[in-house]
Amino acid sequence: MEGGATNVSDPDNLKATELRLGLPGTDAPEKPTPANPRGSKRALLEANEEFRGKSKSPEADSNGQEAAPIAKAQVVGWPPIRSYRKNSFQSRKVEAEAAGFLVKVSMDGAPYLRKIDLKVYKGYKELKEALENLFKCFSLGELSGMEGCNNRSEYAITYEDRDGDWMLVGDVPWEMFISSCKRLRIMTGSEARGMRSSP
Amino acid sequence: MSEDEDGGGGSAKSRGGGGAPPPFSDQVLEIVLENVLQFLSSRRDRNAASLVCRSWYRAEAQTRRELFIGNCYAVSPRRATERFRRIRAVVLKGKPRFADFGLVPINWGAHFHPWVSAMAAAYPWLEKLCLKRMSLTDGDLSLLAHSFPNFKELSLICCEGFSTAGLAVIAEKCRHLRVLDLIEDYLEDDEDEMVDWISRFPETTTCLESLGFDCVGSAVNFEALEALVTRSPALRRLRVNHHVSVDQLHRLMARAPQLTHLGTGSFGSAAAAIPQGGNNVVDLMSTFAGSKSLVCLSGFRDVAPQYLPAIHPVCANLTSLNFSYAEVSAEELIPVIRHCHNLQIFWVLDTVRDEGLQAVAATCKDLRELRVFPLDPTEDSEGSVSDVGLIAISEGCRKLRSILYFCQQMTNMAVVTMSKNCQDLVVFRLCIMGRRRPDHVTGEPMDEGFGAIVMNCKKLRRLAVSGLLTDKAFAYIGKYGKLVRTLSVAFAGNTDLALTYVLEGCTKLQKLEIRDSPFGDSALLAGLHHYYNMRFLWMSSCKLSVRGCMEVAQRLPHLVVEVIRERDEDDDHEAVEKLYMYRSLAGPRNDAPPFVEIL
Repeated sequence: MEGGATNVSDPDNLKATELRLGLPGTDAPEKPTPANPRGSKRALLEANEEFRGKSKSPEADSNGQEAAPIAKAQVVGWPPIRSYRKNSFQSRKVEAEAAGFLVKVSMDGAPYLRKIDLKVYKGYKELKEALENLFKCFSLGELSGMEGCNNRSEYAITYEDRDGDWMLVGDVPWEMFISSCKRLRIMTGSEARGMRSSP
Repeated sequence: MSEDEDGGGGSAKSRGGGGAPPPFSDQVLEIVLENVLQFLSSRRDRNAASLVCRSWYRAEAQTRRELFIGNCYAVSPRRATERFRRIRAVVLKGKPRFADFGLVPINWGAHFHPWVSAMAAAYPWLEKLCLKRMSLTDGDLSLLAHSFPNFKELSLICCEGFSTAGLAVIAEKCRHLRVLDLIEDYLEDDEDEMVDWISRFPETTTCLESLGFDCVGSAVNFEALEALVTRSPALRRLRVNHHVSVDQLHRLMARAPQLTHLGTGSFGSAAAAIPQGGNNVVDLMSTFAGSKSLVCLSGFRDVAPQYLPAIHPVCANLTSLNFSYAEVSAEELIPVIRHCHNLQIFWVLDTVRDEGLQAVAATCKDLRELRVFPLDPTEDSEGSVSDVGLIAISEGCRKLRSILYFCQQMTNMAVVTMSKNCQDLVVFRLCIMGRRRPDHVTGEPMDEGFGAIVMNCKKLRRLAVSGLLTDKAFAYIGKYGKLVRTLSVAFAGNTDLALTYVLEGCTKLQKLEIRDSPFGDSALLAGLHHYYNMRFLWMSSCKLSVRGCMEVAQRLPHLVVEVIRERDEDDDHEAVEKLYMYRSLAGPRNDAPPFVEIL
């Protein structure tokens, strides 16, 4: 998440919690995309391309990531590569990020998600502590759900694996876990109890 | 009604349909004629036959089984179905090709609905349908599935508007389905609404011969897929999407050792890092060794290099290999390609670099078609392949017929060399990604290179040019490109003369697509004598004005002249940003969206 530094014009840091469509790291184009109930995803991708194409001056380019000596504004539809092909590589990169070691963490009841890099932690204990830190602003108390913890609190940490199944965190060796974990979810309430009590 | 040859005879042919029935002796002759004409399969031959006289026209109309509509707006569905009453197979193409690159706004048209409605009534025995660049909904697919009890083959290429729900209806209702090929389509699928369409195929043995769904973005139910493959003994072609893992692929291949065409899903993953990964490669290799009929391989998404050796056992049999989604280096390619002596079609990413292409040239002596795609399709990316690779290919692959080559820079010498070495070239498409780039050694325009191509490659039918080009290049094309039917031009030429040379010289020109080139009204008007012989002309970001386009529209009443205007905040209403014009027997279409003005 873009740093928690508050903006003078945006004291509640609403921008951080703003729901937007768009690839991570890009700002949404100012002009509305052509109204189209179907194909809205593709309209967005093309709108992004067009937007980049229209901004002629470097200052207008609000992407601002590569401060590289001004990449020429990308022209729509050039080079002539089908968007199917372009998206194949692009979405693979995004997926690779998710399936690799950067995973999203959601928590039931929290208004927004977090993202963490699993590679940074050495094991489950560190992960648990990190998650507690991330979500402590919601006054969750202790997170549990892994072997050896007491049953006091009502949360379980689960993850989605490569097959799309939701598993309880902590059962498999750490290395296997981080290579198969696609995202994390901190479950609450009765669902959590159900997960933890199953054999 | 000849879609491809002269479109000027439209009114004469329309008389042939109705009128009083011919005398008995003529009827007998017609039956005899029908028995003969049924053997004619080429649509060009049939078009010619239909022009002989009314009797031949009628007989041909009765015996035509395959209908080819190169532009869905060139004729109305009703007119087509009234003339041809016994059609079993239809090919229907919609949007102009530049729609693939985002130049045609969404909702422009090419709706399948009026066609499927007309065909549902007229062709209950329809068996095959191939759609390219059409817009179709799940409702259309449902109508299709319910209207044609004998339906056998569906190919959708670069289409959009439908989803897995539509596929489910096809799977369920088309009990005689042999072919379901989805090629580079864009499915409308919200993550919450995906349908398990694979499970909807009948539970009994199916007659499926070909199933391709690599463009379907959502994962399919693997157990159902495996079961389907198991009960489809006729299956020869299978192309799965990237959600299918290598292990799953392994299982599918074991169920279908008779496959001739295989599109893998993911070919290696993070799981490859796990120790068992090593055993997997050996197992996979023996599975490939068991697939003795494989001649065509594609897919290879997320390729993990250590898995590549698994395909070695089949390389010698391969005639077609598509590595264009595999980020493979030269070192990784060479051990594979050096087994591929029989390769005729090879698609690859430029990550293999010139060195990889040299290896291809050394081994693939029978190569007919080469496509080299860029991993990073931008103008500023580091060039990975160059004139060196092109020369190598030209020297090694003398039988080359078709090439598509993306690079950052090129030399005239390399292109001239190819023109001399590869005399069989029918398709030459060179895309120098940097706009208006000259020969990087001499600094000259690329005129001489492309000139040599049209001069020396006497069979050339399709040409795409790029780089810095002056009017001279187009003079060459007009003078020597007598067989050229399709020409793509981008960021090229100096004056109207360039376009004029082409329109006056290329007598066989059918499809002309131009973008960002300085051609204006007077050039446009130079083609008036020829536009009825063409399927379409596309010009965007050129120097056309409404006045010039209007004049064309007035002088050629059977031409539909569409001006596409996306941004109406533009002050200049005189300038034409995008022009798309095509001959048509149907007149201006009634489904044009607000941003299309038909002059």
